[in-house]
Amino acid sequence: MTLACPAPTGDGGHVIMGHGSGGLLSQQLLDRAVFSRFRAPELAQRHDGAVLAFEGPVAFSTDGYVIAPIEFPGGTIGELAVHGTINDLAMCGAMAEVLSLGLILEEGLPLATLDRVLAAAADACEAAGVRVVTGDTKVVERGKGDGIYITTAGIGRVHPRAAITASRIAPGDAILLNAPIAAHGIAIMSVREGLAFETPTVSDTRALHRAVAALLDRCGEAVHCLRDATRGGVGAVLAELAQQGGQGMRIRQTALPIAEAVEGACELLGLDPLYVANEGVFVAIVDGAHADAALAALRAAPGGDGAVRIGTVGEDRSGQVLLESAIGGARIVHLPPGEQLPRIC
Amino acid sequence: MKFLSEFRDPALVERLVDELHRTVRGDWTLMEVCGGQTHSLVKNGLMDLLPAGVRMVHGPGCPVCVTPVPLIDLAVRLVLEHGATVFSFGDMLRVPGTTRSLAQAKAAGGDVRVVYSPLEAVAFAKANPGRQVVFFAVGFETTAPANALALVHAHREGLRNFSLLASQVLVPPAMAAVLADPASTIQGFLAAGHVCTIMGLDEYEPIVARFRVPVVVTGFEPVDLLHGILMAVSQLERGEARLENQYARVVRPEGNPDARRVLREVFRVADREWRGIGTIPASGLEVREEFADFDAKVRFGLEDAPEPASAGCIAGKVLRGQARPTECPHFGQACTPLTPVGAPMVSSEGACAAYWHVAQAPVTLVRGGRHG
Repeated sequence: MTLACPAPTGDGGHVIMGHGSGGLLSQQLLDRAVFSRFRAPELAQRHDGAVLAFEGPVAFSTDGYVIAPIEFPGGTIGELAVHGTINDLAMCGAMAEVLSLGLILEEGLPLATLDRVLAAAADACEAAGVRVVTGDTKVVERGKGDGIYITTAGIGRVHPRAAITASRIAPGDAILLNAPIAAHGIAIMSVREGLAFETPTVSDTRALHRAVAALLDRCGEAVHCLRDATRGGVGAVLAELAQQGGQGMRIRQTALPIAEAVEGACELLGLDPLYVANEGVFVAIVDGAHADAALAALRAAPGGDGAVRIGTVGEDRSGQVLLESAIGGARIVHLPPGEQLPRIC
Repeated sequence: MKFLSEFRDPALVERLVDELHRTVRGDWTLMEVCGGQTHSLVKNGLMDLLPAGVRMVHGPGCPVCVTPVPLIDLAVRLVLEHGATVFSFGDMLRVPGTTRSLAQAKAAGGDVRVVYSPLEAVAFAKANPGRQVVFFAVGFETTAPANALALVHAHREGLRNFSLLASQVLVPPAMAAVLADPASTIQGFLAAGHVCTIMGLDEYEPIVARFRVPVVVTGFEPVDLLHGILMAVSQLERGEARLENQYARVVRPEGNPDARRVLREVFRVADREWRGIGTIPASGLEVREEFADFDAKVRFGLEDAPEPASAGCIAGKVLRGQARPTECPHFGQACTPLTPVGAPMVSSEGACAAYWHVAQAPVTLVRGGRHG
């Protein structure tokens, strides 16, 4: 949904320092960019915060979003910031209901870009059924930001049957993924490197709470752990979970879902798709006896239609992830030392 | 993926592994020269499938590993003292210099950028005439033609703000140096397929003749590597020493004449220091005097410094195939991929990093014994 903006946009309008002054210019900017799109009653009060009432346990999470470029194939920083916090809450077994939205704008950011980003964020909120109830906007001098940084915090109601923690990971558990890997990282790389692939890859940014709700409705306590595989990719998440839970894990390379175009791009760029970032992929570790039910539940839910089993938690206490290669060899999946750097040859 | 999946076919791999196990009688030590091959051996878990009689040692073919520390220091000085924008291939950034890596120079406010192609640096130089742009031209015969081409482009455009900091090395002299070392245990080579794609096969006949070792030009996929190993071992079992081309689908005997031409046009062969190994005669490429304006060392008046010794690090022996990374006192202690002491711990192509990853494997999980 995109609402027509009542304020005059004016071609070539840019964010200026005055937009962060707290005066009339600030008001104008907020009216135009924020209040026209985010229409929760709590936000409309224009107070310093929102008063909310919840019964039962809630989860609370916050995340900061910095990305270059701000707009990329398949999304913008706007929906990324909405989906990211919805997903962090979902990994706690909670369904997001309200978000805060903090904007740090760089002087000189075209207002048209800000409009597109916030329209994308508003659409993402509406599609996910969450509302922005409070927010903040600051402006920093040109050169002190990457156009726009966003922080979102969110509160979600915890699913009544959720019992999610790395310590519940147990031998025989099935390791599941909801969707093909590495699309987001490759979409970003292709823009940064100016690469045009025959089949353009788009970011997989999406909200995962409905897939998680479907999984918990069906399997409840049999879902032992959930983790979204953002930075560091599926490889880093699994290595970290194995370390935390102390269990060994085995995954099969041939079971890893990946789009052919993404795989080809990874080959070309010298990147290991296991460590490439995702924005709509999560790992579910589920009691082995419930694996088929979990897969069926995921596949019927939005964002879970590509669900597959990629491996199993082992009996050993090695705390390490072993990848069985396509050709029958084996290697350890490590926590990457830092950012993945392309190799020379 | 077309042209890749065929060379990762599990059934074909299994057949090759079986044949290798049937073929091997003796104990053989082979060196795969190229870091890309080391990476593939490790990434695909191939070491795990080899018979006990085949020992692979990892060669000096990791350009990141053999770039001397003083050259990294020069690159860091260009960034921090001369205010130049230095473009580099990715994994060069983390290699420690004497005081700083390029990544640390970037964090300290320097302008360091990662690129896939040196032509991107030329384009940047053209668009930013006020900045001095240096491309850190690291690599073997594989990267040299593209780096040479970047210089030719800059020359043609008349750019006054683009130069190369060349650290180009040549593979065949290094292979000869490894074999000429009395402590060498290498009995056969998998030569680097992509180097031969550029340079062709001529350079290897003298090595085969002088040292009587099989040299098999080999590709990078699991099927390529196992096939190359099988070809080398078959020769050894028959008491032969020949040059063979496993990678014939890519490597032509004459190489790539256009690439060789541009390489000769821009670079001249020179003695070169290899990190951890020392100076190898006629093993490097320097920018020719005709293009001195585009040589960062000339433009900025930089002097080469001798390689400092890093206490206890046995990278040199590792790179010559005379020691396993695990024999180093720093291995896994002071030296890990997060805190590399020697360069082979930096790149995933480096032997030490490859071993660090494998050494993390719990013994019970490592597959073994399918073939005894």
